[in-house]
Amino acid sequence: MTRRVGAVAFNTFREAVRDRVLYNLILFALLLVACAPLISEISVGVQRVLLINLSLTAISIFGTVISIFVGISLVSKEIERKTLYPVLARPVGRGEFIVGKYFGLAGTLAVNTLAMTVGFYLVLFLIMRNVTAADTNVLIAVYFLLLQFLVVIGLALLFSSFSSPLLSALFTLALFVAGSFAQDLRGFAGSAHGVARWFSWSASYIVPNVDRLNVITRVAHDEKISAALVGYNTVYALLYSCVAVSGAMLIFSRRNLK
Amino acid sequence: MNRQSTILTSLILIASFASSCLVLQRVSAVYPNSSLEDVLFISSPQFLKRASLGYSGLLADIYWMRVVQYFGSKHLRDSMQYKALAPLLDITTTLDPHLIVAYEWGSTFLQQPPPSGAGDNKAAVALVRKGIENNPTNWHLYMTLGFIQYQGMHDYLAASKTFEEGSRVPHAHPALKVMAAKMLTDAGSLDTARYMWQSVYDQSTDKDIRRNAQLHLACLLVDQEVPQLESIVQSFKAKFGRNPTSWRELISVGAVRGLPVDPTGQPYVLGGNGKVTVSDPKKLPFIHQGKPA
Repeated sequence: MTRRVGAVAFNTFREAVRDRVLYNLILFALLLVACAPLISEISVGVQRVLLINLSLTAISIFGTVISIFVGISLVSKEIERKTLYPVLARPVGRGEFIVGKYFGLAGTLAVNTLAMTVGFYLVLFLIMRNVTAADTNVLIAVYFLLLQFLVVIGLALLFSSFSSPLLSALFTLALFVAGSFAQDLRGFAGSAHGVARWFSWSASYIVPNVDRLNVITRVAHDEKISAALVGYNTVYALLYSCVAVSGAMLIFSRRNLK
Repeated sequence: MNRQSTILTSLILIASFASSCLVLQRVSAVYPNSSLEDVLFISSPQFLKRASLGYSGLLADIYWMRVVQYFGSKHLRDSMQYKALAPLLDITTTLDPHLIVAYEWGSTFLQQPPPSGAGDNKAAVALVRKGIENNPTNWHLYMTLGFIQYQGMHDYLAASKTFEEGSRVPHAHPALKVMAAKMLTDAGSLDTARYMWQSVYDQSTDKDIRRNAQLHLACLLVDQEVPQLESIVQSFKAKFGRNPTSWRELISVGAVRGLPVDPTGQPYVLGGNGKVTVSDPKKLPFIHQGKPA
């Protein structure tokens, strides 16, 4: 089973890295990172903070866009091109196909994020003339962004397993935005009563709590991120992705592909 | 597309672009010059924080840039009103409560009297208090607040209390204790002012803050030198029954050693009425003495 999943993942990775759109997005993100020093010239006293905020936000936004738009096309493209049928005709289960697709895109995102992070450190070194121990703190924020991408890919796969690409993109984006308000939902649940309370409370657990994966501003100010937060965020992101991928597997295994 | 068509299309492209640039200049010239820079399209910091979808740090940086640009453009025009400055700073520091530079510089922009700043001591104090609330271990903010109370409000008791509170913050600079004491004993003197600004200069690593402290020190030097020079002029008048006509006259009688110059390197101007002024007060915006009438 691992071999079959690995084969699907490898092919997904290979296909994704051939995508020109992907390179355009990465190039755009790197350009934005490279622009940070110019932008900080028109401000006062925030050169390093601005560089970190701008670069990590660019990595986050472009990574999320890639996760959504490549994620939603993973299944639909295979059905549209009819390349799914020869794959499923082999001893590859539908569940294995979904898991392979997930790992393939996760690998692509990991490589992209690594490339963009190297770009960020290069710019940081060029501007600050050195990279200190405090700058390695940024890697935790990058790691959290990667966890965020894993969650988004899972959601994109889940929706694309039963819906059209356009609707899948909309659903994933909507959940991502709603996830940014998860704490507000919880706060609202605390002050609401009856059905509203129950609904808000449930919703706050259903939506991905991506706001807790965003520590960009904190690392920009050299705030230490606790090991407990790193651990819990890792477990949360993996569990949430597991829920999304499992859901995608269940739906896709029952989908009529005729 | 053949070669001729390619060249023709390229020429059309270039000509159209150049023309559009020229037309745009005309559009800008006739566009109503509204005071849009004083308008905040979204005035709620809380709404902006939520709308930022977690990217509030970057949004705060963008707002901080807007603060700097807004202040800079108004300052260049010697504006007497900075209506949007305090709300912009409130938004910036709500989006990123740890952006220390926004409290330090923002309060300076707010506190300095017009046209150097908004002259709004109350808003400056509120901003730094917000900074202290969000960053209670940052002793620099206590120093900033104490400075506003000392220099802007002349509330030496409050300033002393603030410096004293700041000195109790772990790793606070020892100068804060001295400042607290000076506020109670010798707050109004030039020596104290010089000590305060010299401390800022010595303790800050920010080149802009150091430059600002240096400018204040230069202005204090003018405040010290102008009365001294005017006293020399008075002595000359007492001796010769008239005001000196030039510095050369004072040099010839040995009253001054050479042409007296201000900290910017420009010679002081000796007026016919015996008043001594600086030649370019814009370069020394914080002087109290030697301002041309």
